[in-house]
Amino acid sequence: MKCRTCGGRAAINMRQHKLALCREHYLSWLPDQTERFIHKYGMFTHQERVLVAVSGGKDSLALWDILHLLGYQADGLYIGLGIDGGVGYSAESQRRAEAFAAGRGLHLTVVDVAEVEGATIPQAASLTHRGRDKPCSVCGLTKRHIMNRVARDGGYDALATGHNLDDEAATLFGNTLTWSTGYLSRQSPVLPGADGLARKVKPLCRFYERETAAYTLLRGIDYIYDECPFAVGATSIEHKETLNRLEAARPGAKLSFYLSFLEAKRRGAFPTTTVELPEGLHPCPTCGQPTSAPGTCSFCRTWDAVRARAAERMAVP
Amino acid sequence: MTTQLKLRDKVYEVPSGMTVRDALLRLEIEPESVLPTRDGELITDDEHLREGEVIRLVAVISGGAAPGRAS
Repeated sequence: MKCRTCGGRAAINMRQHKLALCREHYLSWLPDQTERFIHKYGMFTHQERVLVAVSGGKDSLALWDILHLLGYQADGLYIGLGIDGGVGYSAESQRRAEAFAAGRGLHLTVVDVAEVEGATIPQAASLTHRGRDKPCSVCGLTKRHIMNRVARDGGYDALATGHNLDDEAATLFGNTLTWSTGYLSRQSPVLPGADGLARKVKPLCRFYERETAAYTLLRGIDYIYDECPFAVGATSIEHKETLNRLEAARPGAKLSFYLSFLEAKRRGAFPTTTVELPEGLHPCPTCGQPTSAPGTCSFCRTWDAVRARAAERMAVP
Repeated sequence: MTTQLKLRDKVYEVPSGMTVRDALLRLEIEPESVLPTRDGELITDDEHLREGEVIRLVAVISGGAAPGRAS
């Protein structure tokens, strides 16, 4: 297969676009398209400061690399979750994120959950009723809280995550199966900021997962290839596999599913979330982040419970 | 007259001569879920498999967040 631009040997074929490109032209095409989507969805400008949440995986490192190439003011945030899984998962992820930043002279903030909150994510999950076997729930809650805190405290204009189209389509699929209209109304390439909440943006939301993977490979970016040990059997991965079977039979199915959803939203199919702070939210008296819960937010309640149970166990002779 | 395809710790053997895509479908591996590489270089899945070579498949699916959220 030949590159549409130069006729050289193609490195990747994107069936949904009927577009094959060689290494050189793919590595210019993907950042160009990212720039286009940043403008299209009004994510941020070159004058604004962006905090990129990096996990050491392909998507977040690709995103940081692209934003840096495009000349954006993009710093990184790595959150150490303390997940080992027999492969030193978090340690290896952090090593790659730090090496990436050091190699490009970029600023990376590292927050170690165990140092800050007193327990690793697996320890926290085992000490609470919130996902005792699977720490994904407490992990997501903690990451969202820390990301927002660092973005807010650091004065960043936007918080960028590496969600790709497969992530978005799988989330959309899951929320459609249950008609979770609240989540559907909030799913968007951009969630506007509000008092105490950073603007959230997903510049890679229009790229297939294999495209961000291809970018990191072709750029020679060293990313953590192993999946999070707790992701095995995750519902989101099952949804991705289902959608990939559809995609194989009908190229463009995933893209069409996601874009049609965004268009339906634009036409008012779901209640529009113009700001992230609906009425009824108030600052958590402990951490100050907005919450709809009466009293303290779910993050503070969860971690207070973790520390209390850890203290109880220590007290038992 | 065979070719090996490696995906993580699994090794598959298929007749050489067929395309990468046909080999993936025969092995019931979703072509969307992997990137084929030859000697470290990305290749498209219409490439024909050569006798005795090893094609490394890079898995691209990641995830694991709790379901039922706006990601």
